[in-house]
Amino acid sequence: MRKVAVVGVGMSKFGELWDLNLRDLVVQAGINAIKDANIDGTEIKALYGGTMASGRLIGQEHIAALIVDAMGLNPIPATRVEGACASGGLALRNAYFAIASGAYDCVVVGGVEKMTDATTAEAVTALGGAGDQEWELLQGATFPGLYALMARRHMLEYGTTEEMLAAAAVKNHANAMHNKYAQFHNPITIEDVLHSKKVADPLKVLDCSPITDGAAAVILMDLEKAKEHTDNYVEIAASAQASDTVALHDRESLTEIRAAQIAAREAYRQAGITPKDIDVAEVHDCFTIAEIMAIEDVGFFPKGQGGRATLDGETKIGGTIPVNTSGGLKACGHPVGATGVKQVVELTWQLRGEAEGRQVADAQYGLAHNVGGSGATCVVHILKKP
Amino acid sequence: MRPGLPLLWRRTVERYNLVGSRCETCGTHFIPARNICPKCRRKGKIVPYKFSGRGKIYTYTIIRVAPEGYEFFVPYALAIIELEEGARITGQVVDIHPDDVKIGMPVEMVFRKIHEDGDEGLITYGFKFRPVNEVHQ
Ligand SMILES: [Zn+2]
Repeated sequence: MRKVAVVGVGMSKFGELWDLNLRDLVVQAGINAIKDANIDGTEIKALYGGTMASGRLIGQEHIAALIVDAMGLNPIPATRVEGACASGGLALRNAYFAIASGAYDCVVVGGVEKMTDATTAEAVTALGGAGDQEWELLQGATFPGLYALMARRHMLEYGTTEEMLAAAAVKNHANAMHNKYAQFHNPITIEDVLHSKKVADPLKVLDCSPITDGAAAVILMDLEKAKEHTDNYVEIAASAQASDTVALHDRESLTEIRAAQIAAREAYRQAGITPKDIDVAEVHDCFTIAEIMAIEDVGFFPKGQGGRATLDGETKIGGTIPVNTSGGLKACGHPVGATGVKQVVELTWQLRGEAEGRQVADAQYGLAHNVGGSGATCVVHILKKP
Repeated sequence: MRPGLPLLWRRTVERYNLVGSRCETCGTHFIPARNICPKCRRKGKIVPYKFSGRGKIYTYTIIRVAPEGYEFFVPYALAIIELEEGARITGQVVDIHPDDVKIGMPVEMVFRKIHEDGDEGLITYGFKFRPVNEVHQ
């Protein structure tokens, strides 16, 4: 397989963007990425679009065709990739294969979700589609509920506390203060999280990622072509993916996401590195407990120590391993299909030294961890500064 | 999601009676029924199995923001139950104040209303769980 490089990245503003539709969002992100790559668009030979629930949220399917049309890139082939909240990461991985295989030299990946046209109840119902409809959702489960079931086990088995969970949200809001694209620019405290409205005990509103509109785009190129084109590229050192049961109750352990552990292990093998070599990470913090499990699953901390490490500030910028410098899903926002692509946008900025007020010093390796549903799909990418 | 009539009808036996399946090769129980044993695959021999309905609470939460059609029950305890045969299943815990639910609590299956689709829509029935007094077992 050929090696693959990221040569351009871009995103739209993330937030409740009532004046923008899905086309507007994706065009903003796409134009930013094409400009960033310093290409005119004719080099792009295929498009991969990640979106989870556009049919339920805005009644629009056939999203890849819509994106390629809106971006003025017809007639290149356009393919939608869906894997619940991991749709963006999966689209990126399929684009990666398109280049690695030699089929194309340059492709674009777009991730997008337009969520605020739907009512909150409709959005919650649409997101429920990531779980097992007949055996979880029909029983009255919700996504915060499923992660709460995991949180309760993590607290029982490892002594994780609500303060430790809250610390992840507090850190991510602090990081988002320095990200102009982020949905939230308000610092919060552990007390704020603990006293916010209960959603599914032990999770409160401020443990949960918000409903967000947004898009992100990445341009990939064959590594050798990228070297001829620019000095400002980042190499994709690993792309790995794993699956697990859709229903949470079928898993042996609820304190880990096994698909994430397997994908991470495979990613480290491909990159020839260990977790200690990672300088900055974007992990899938759809809920605070998800970040705690993620930093354990990808090997930054031993199982059960993620909560303590977070409370102790080890995942802050300047800590042993900065996590979610963008603000994460919690504070940068979680437009579901865009999230996995946005993670790679943020890591690219970090590795190029362009992350402004949230820059991690001398970052060489970045890891992106993108989870679908309660963990049935996980994609891990490792990016490397040349 | 609003469950449609065929979806509910086709699963009536499983949902009303907690009927799943069992792999006779490795002894693993499945609910919902699986037709392929993930461990044994083609070597597995799958037969139908009716669960006793007894088990223990493996983990739980209290749902305070409900999906459409479940608002009436809020706040309600939602749990993963470890059935005595070893399989786990997701269900509500009833006949107890949600704050009193605990991990490890013994429970048994009860037949209850699950969901109502407005005043004139479908009513979905199925299983929930209620605490049992171990002394009487
Ligand atoms: Zn078997």
